[in-house]
Amino acid sequence: MKMLQYIIRRLLQLIPVLLGMTFIVFLIIRAIPGDPALVILGQQATEDAVAALRESLGLDNPWYVQYFQYLGNLMTGDLGESIRTRTPVNEEIWPYLATTFELSFFAIVIAVIVGVNAGIISAWFQNSWFDYTAMVLALVGVSMPIFWLGLMMQYQFSLQWDWFPTTGRENVRDPVNAITNLYLLDTLIQGRFDQFVVVLKHLVMPGIALATIPMAIIARMTRSSMLEVMKSDYIRTARAKGEKMFWVVYKHSLKNAVIPVLTVIGLQTGLLLGGAILTETIFGLPGVGRYIYEGISSRDYPVIQSGILIVAFIFVMINLIVDILYSIIDPRIRYN
Amino acid sequence: MNKKAWLLFFVLLLTVSTALFGCSSDDGSSDDGGSGNDGGGDAAEETDGETQDTLVFGRGGDSVALDPITVTDGESFKVTKNIFETLVEFGEQDTEINPGLAEEWEVSEDGLTYTFMLREGVTFHDGEAFNADAVVANFDRWANGTEDKFYYYKSMFGGFGDEEGHVIESVTAVDESTVEITLKRPQAPFLKNIAMSPFAIVSPKAISEMSEDELAENPVGTGPFKFVEWRRNERIVLDKNEDYWNSEYPKVNQVIFRSIPENSARLNALMSGEIDLADGINPSDAAQIEGDDNLQLFERPSMNVGYLGLTSTREPFDDPKVRQAMNHAIDRQAIVDAFFEGRAEVAKNPMPPVIPGYNDEVEGYEYDPEKAKALLEEAGLGDGFDMELWAMPVPRPYMPDGQKVAEAIQSNLAEVGINAEIVTYEWATYLEKARMGEADAFLLGWTGDNGDADNFLYVLLDQDNIGSNNYTYYENQEVHDLLIEAQSETDEDTRNQLYMEAQELIHADAPWVPLAHSTPLMAGSANLQGFMPHPTGSDWLHTVSFE
Repeated sequence: MKMLQYIIRRLLQLIPVLLGMTFIVFLIIRAIPGDPALVILGQQATEDAVAALRESLGLDNPWYVQYFQYLGNLMTGDLGESIRTRTPVNEEIWPYLATTFELSFFAIVIAVIVGVNAGIISAWFQNSWFDYTAMVLALVGVSMPIFWLGLMMQYQFSLQWDWFPTTGRENVRDPVNAITNLYLLDTLIQGRFDQFVVVLKHLVMPGIALATIPMAIIARMTRSSMLEVMKSDYIRTARAKGEKMFWVVYKHSLKNAVIPVLTVIGLQTGLLLGGAILTETIFGLPGVGRYIYEGISSRDYPVIQSGILIVAFIFVMINLIVDILYSIIDPRIRYN
Repeated sequence: MNKKAWLLFFVLLLTVSTALFGCSSDDGSSDDGGSGNDGGGDAAEETDGETQDTLVFGRGGDSVALDPITVTDGESFKVTKNIFETLVEFGEQDTEINPGLAEEWEVSEDGLTYTFMLREGVTFHDGEAFNADAVVANFDRWANGTEDKFYYYKSMFGGFGDEEGHVIESVTAVDESTVEITLKRPQAPFLKNIAMSPFAIVSPKAISEMSEDELAENPVGTGPFKFVEWRRNERIVLDKNEDYWNSEYPKVNQVIFRSIPENSARLNALMSGEIDLADGINPSDAAQIEGDDNLQLFERPSMNVGYLGLTSTREPFDDPKVRQAMNHAIDRQAIVDAFFEGRAEVAKNPMPPVIPGYNDEVEGYEYDPEKAKALLEEAGLGDGFDMELWAMPVPRPYMPDGQKVAEAIQSNLAEVGINAEIVTYEWATYLEKARMGEADAFLLGWTGDNGDADNFLYVLLDQDNIGSNNYTYYENQEVHDLLIEAQSETDEDTRNQLYMEAQELIHADAPWVPLAHSTPLMAGSANLQGFMPHPTGSDWLHTVSFE
C-alpha cells in the first residue's frame, strides 16, 4: 500500500516537471534564430510567400499565445501537426519511437550483460591482467567516437566479412509487414522467422555501437561498487564459512553492489533513447533522434517540441522505475 | 575452484562464445542467401540466376510529400519524376524541350498562345483516361492556389487567379486531345517552366476525390512507375506501370527509394549490395569507386554555381575595383582541385555552361595577386583591410565543404594584405542574415530550377530581387534592362544574345567571385545499365536495367 501511494505521489510530481519542461523547450526552440517559414520555403522564396506562410502557421502570434495554444492542444492529447510534412505528430511519431525502442532495448541488454559481468570479474580479480585489459577497454569505449566506430564496423563486419548488413532495419527487397512497428515482434507475430533473423542482424552493429559507451560506464561503476562491497565484513564471513567464491561474488556481493549500478543503467537507458542520433544517422535508421534532428533543421516546432517532450517523459519514467526497483532489491530502502 | 581456475574459465567462456557468435552469424548469412532474404547475399544471388529486376536507390533524405506541385525539395521530385509526367519533358541529360504528354505543340507569332496536341492512349494509374480535360483540371487547381501551398507556380508563373503578375490568361480544352494555353504577355521560358517536375499532371479523379493531405501520400500519375507504399524515412516503393504508353519501359519491375543520411554509410551499403544506386557521393571517394570492378561512377551534369558574394552596399565592396581585386586574389583552380577533387569546372560566369545563353567569350579573372594588390592600391586600400568571410555550415551540392574553401580563400586574401575572419552560422540563420545584407562576403550557390538563363541571372543578380535572392544587393540599370527584355523575347538567338551581353556587364562589375560549377557524383553497381543522371537532380529510372 505504501508502495502504491509512493508511486502515485511520484506520478503527480511529474506534472510540474513536465509542465516546466514544455515551457523550457518552447522557449529554447524559439530562441534559435531562423524563420521556419523561410526554412520551409527555401532559398528561392519571395517575401510575400514567407509572410503568408508565417500567418497560416500562426507564427505571427506573440509567443505566449502560441505557448498556451500548444499547451491547450497538449491537454487534449494533440501534439500538433508537423509544419514540414503537414501530418499530425501523433500519427507519424510512433514508427520512429518504435525503431528507437527496439534499438535502445537491444543496446542496453548488451551493455548490461557485458558491462556488469566485466565489472564483476574485474573486481573479483582485481589487478589481474583481465582487470587491466577490461578497464583500458572501458576507457577506450567511453572515449570512442561513435561515428568512426560505426563506419569501421560497417567496413569490417559488412564489407570484409559479410556478417551483417550495413544500414537500415530490414532487407528492403523483402520488407517487413509492419503491425506494431517493433519489427522483432512483427516478424514473430507473422511467423516469419527468416525475417526475424534478418531484422536481428540489422540490429547487431548499431546495437553494439550504441552500447559501447553505456557498457563502459556500467563496467567501471560495477567494478568500483563491487570492490567496496567485497571488502566488507559479511563477505569475509561468508568466505570464512567456506562458501564457494562464485556464490560469494554473484549472490552476496552483487546484491549490495547493484544499487549504484542500477542508477547508472537507468540514466544510460534514458540517454540512449534521445541520444541515438549519431548511431541512427550512420546506420540509416529512422529513429526518434533523427526525427527530432530533421525537425530542428527545418524549424519544425511541433516536431521538436513533441519529440523532446516524449523523450523527456520516457526518461523521467525510467527513473521512476529505477527508484521502485531499489526497494525491491534492497528491502532496507523504504518510501514514506 | 581457486581464483586462477575461475579466471581461466571466464576467458575460455568468452573465447568460445565469440567463436560461436561469429560462426552462427556466418552460417546465418549463407542460409539467408539461399532463401533470398539477406540484404547482402540477395543482390549477389539474383545476379547469379535470373536478371535482377528491383532497383534500390539510396539517397540522403526522405521526400517531404509526393504531390509535386506542393513541394520544393529535390528529394520529393526524385520520386515524383518517375510517377508523373509533364506536358513537355527535358532532354535525357540536358534542359532542351522534348515531347512529353504533349506530342507536338505550336506557338503563335506573338508568343501568347500555345497549342498542345496531346498523346493519345495514355491512362492514369487509377484507370482514368488522360485527355485535355485532365490538363485543364490541373492548371485550374494550380491557378486557384496560394503561394504557401503551390510555391513553384507563383515563382514560375508570377501569381494566381486574377493577380496582376499571373502570366497565364486561360487554359482551355479545344477538343479531347488539344489544349490551348493563352498568356497575358510573352514568357520566353514558358515551355521550360512547364517541363519542371512540380507541373506534373495528376489524375483529375484523385484531385477531386482526395484531400490535399491524402494527395501528398497517394500520388496518381501517368508515369512509368506506380506508387505502392511509403514508410517515412524508411522506404518508398514504386511498381512497374504495366499500362505505360511506351511499352518498352520501364525495364525494372520495382523501384525502392531508401534514405541513408550519411554519405560514407550509403557508399558502404552500395558496396555490400544492399542498394544498387547511391546519390551524394563524396568527391574524395571517387577514386576508390573508379578502382572497384563492382562499381561504376556517374557524374551529374552541372546545373549549379558556387560563388563568393560581395555585398555591394558594404564598404569597401561598394567599389568595383575592390571586387575585381578579390577576383584576382583568389586561386579558383586550386580550390577546385583541392576541395572538389577536380570534379568541377572553374566558374567565370554566374551560370553553368550547360545553359543556353552562356557567354564563353568572357575571360575569367586570372589568379594574379600582384594585379589584385595594384587594384587595391588604386582603390586607396594599399595597406589592405579587415573583413568578415562567411562560410556555410553545411555541405551543399555546389560546395562540398564551405569551411575549407573559406580557409583557402582566407589564405589567398592574406597574400594581398586582406585580413579575413571566417564567420559561420547555423544554415537557416546564415541564409536569413546574408539575405539581409549583413555579410561582407559570403559563400553561397544556386542550383537551377528549369535550366534557363533567367533562373540564374535575373533571380540572383537583378535589382528586382534585392531582399530576395540577390544577396549581394547588386544593382545595374543596364543589366536590369537587358534581363527584362530577355524575359519576353521569344526568339531564342536574340534572347541568348541579350544574356551574353548581361554576363559581360556583370563580369566587369564583379559582384561575385564565381568559384565553381560542380558535377555532383553518384555511384551504382557495375551491372546497372541505362542510368543517366539529369542536371536538374531528378533522374528518370525507367531506362535503368540490370545486366
